[in-house]
Amino acid sequence: MNHEILLRCDALTVAYGASIALENVTMHVRRGEFVGIVGPSGSGKTSLLRALTGTVRAARGSVELANGIRLGYVPQVESVDWNFPITVREVLAMTRTKRRWPTITEEERAEATAVLADLGLAGLEDRHIRELSGGQQQRVFVARAMFAKPDVLVLDEPTSGVDVRTRHEILHLLRDLHSKGSTILLTTHDLNGLASHLPRLVCINREVVADGSPRETLIPEVLERTYGAPLHVLEHGGMPIVLDHDYESSESLRDAERDLRRIRGTSS
Amino acid sequence: MIVAVDLLAPYDFAFFQRGMVAATLAGALCGVLGVFVVLRGMSYIGHGLSHAVFGGAAASAVMSINFFVGAGIWGVVSGVLIGRIARQKILGADAAIGIVTTASFAGGIALLNRYGQARKSIEAVLFGSVLGVSWLDIIAITAVTLAVFAVVLLAYRSLLYATFDPQVAAVSGERVAFIEVMLMVMLSVTILVTMRVIGTLLISALLVIPAATARMITNSFGRMLLLSPVFGALSCLVGMNLSYHLDTSAGATIILVAAAGFTTTYVLAGRRARLRVASLHHI
Repeated sequence: MNHEILLRCDALTVAYGASIALENVTMHVRRGEFVGIVGPSGSGKTSLLRALTGTVRAARGSVELANGIRLGYVPQVESVDWNFPITVREVLAMTRTKRRWPTITEEERAEATAVLADLGLAGLEDRHIRELSGGQQQRVFVARAMFAKPDVLVLDEPTSGVDVRTRHEILHLLRDLHSKGSTILLTTHDLNGLASHLPRLVCINREVVADGSPRETLIPEVLERTYGAPLHVLEHGGMPIVLDHDYESSESLRDAERDLRRIRGTSS
Repeated sequence: MIVAVDLLAPYDFAFFQRGMVAATLAGALCGVLGVFVVLRGMSYIGHGLSHAVFGGAAASAVMSINFFVGAGIWGVVSGVLIGRIARQKILGADAAIGIVTTASFAGGIALLNRYGQARKSIEAVLFGSVLGVSWLDIIAITAVTLAVFAVVLLAYRSLLYATFDPQVAAVSGERVAFIEVMLMVMLSVTILVTMRVIGTLLISALLVIPAATARMITNSFGRMLLLSPVFGALSCLVGMNLSYHLDTSAGATIILVAAAGFTTTYVLAGRRARLRVASLHHI
C-alpha cells in the first residue's frame, strides 16, 4: 500500500484576533490511516480541522496537502439545516459542481445509486433529508462526501448529538470504509464510544499532547494533560475505558470496575 | 361572450400590454431570486436593498442622471457593502442593513423635500408605475431576467451548495464569498429594474411570497426553483388584470394576489406543508 503523506501541518498556530486556538501543532495523515483528533471543548479540534481543510488561515507555520488531493468533508449533523428543501439525491448531486447544469446525468444517477446502496441508503433517493433516521441522516452526508471521490474523508464530531444506536451505526460505517481503503480524519470528544475504537489518536489541548494508538494515548497521564483533570482508565477486552466521573476513593473505582464487567458481561 | 370581451379590454391599450410584459417578467425574476432570499434568510436584505436603491433613484432624478446608471451604481454598492459588513461581522447583519439602507432611504427623502420637481419620479419608484413603463424598462427587465436565469442555470449546483452548506462548499473549493457577492449583485440589479413596476415599498413582498408559497408545496430545491418564478409571474399576470377591472394600484393588487395564493396554499396544503414554511428563517 502507498503510505504517502496526504495532509501535514508543521508548527501550526491558529489565532482568532488575540485569542490563540492552536499553537505549534505538528502532525500528518498518511494514505489509508484512520485518525481521530480528541480533546476537550475549546481545545482547538475544530480549528485544526479547519486549518487542515483550508477554511482557516495559519497565523504561523504551514499546512500542506498532497498534490491534487480532494477532501470530502462531513459536517456536524447539528450544523445542518434539516428544514432546507432538499432530497437525498440533490444532496449528493450538489458536489459535482464542475457539471453545472441542474439535471443529473445517467452516469451520475447510477453512481449516486451505487454510493447510496453501499451506505445502506438504497431507495431513499427522493426522500427529504428530514424524513430520515439519525443514522441515515449522517450516512447521507458521508455519501455526499464519498460521491465526490475524496482522497481523505474528514468528519467533524460525527457522533455529536446522536443517540447510542446511531453512534454504533456510524462507527461500523467508518470502520467499513476504512477497511475498503478510505483515509479518514475525524474530531471527537466521545472517548469510549468512538475514539477508543480508532487505530490512531491525536490528543490536543491547544498543542499536541500525545499521538499514537488508544493504548498509548488513553492513559491517565495523557488524559490529565489533555483535559486538565484527573481521569481514570480501566481496561476491558484489551480496550481502554475512560471513566469521566470523579472517583474519590479506590473503593468507588473498584465498584465502577465491577459495574463495567457486569455491563459488558450482560451485553456480550 | 360579453364577459370575455370585457376581460380582454385592457389589452387594447399599448401601455397595458407593456405593463403586462414588464410585470410578468418582474414576477418571474423576483420569484427565482426569492428562493435564495428566503432560504438564506435574506428577506430583510431584500427589503433593505429596495430602500437603499431608492436613495440612488432620488439622486438620479434630482441630478437628471439616467435612472438605471445612478440607482444601479448606488444599489450594487449598497448590496456589496451590506454583504461585506455582514460577512466580516463588523456589525450584526441586521444592524448593518439597517444603517446602510435607512441612511440611503433618508437621503432620498431629504432630496425629495429639497427638490420638489423630482417628486413624480420618486413617487413612481416608491409605489410603482407599471402602466407607465417604457420600452427601455422592458428591455432592461428582459435583459436582467435572461441574465439571472442563465446564471442560476449555469451555476445551479454551486449556488445550491453555497446556500445549503457554505462551510463544506468552501472546503470543497467553491468560491463561496464570490457566490454571495454574485447573489447580492443580482438582487440589487433585480430590485433596480423591477422597482418601477412594483414599487420599492412592495418589492420585498414579491421576493418573499412566491418563494414561501413554493416551499409549502415541495421539499425539493429544484422544484422550488421552478415553482417560485411561476407563482411570481402568475401573481403579476392576475394582479395586473384585476387592478384594471377593480381600478386599484397595480403594485398593491399584485401583492394582494400573491398573498391570496400563499394563504390559499397555507389553508389547503396541510399541517406538514405549514411546518415547512414555519421553518423558514426571518420571514
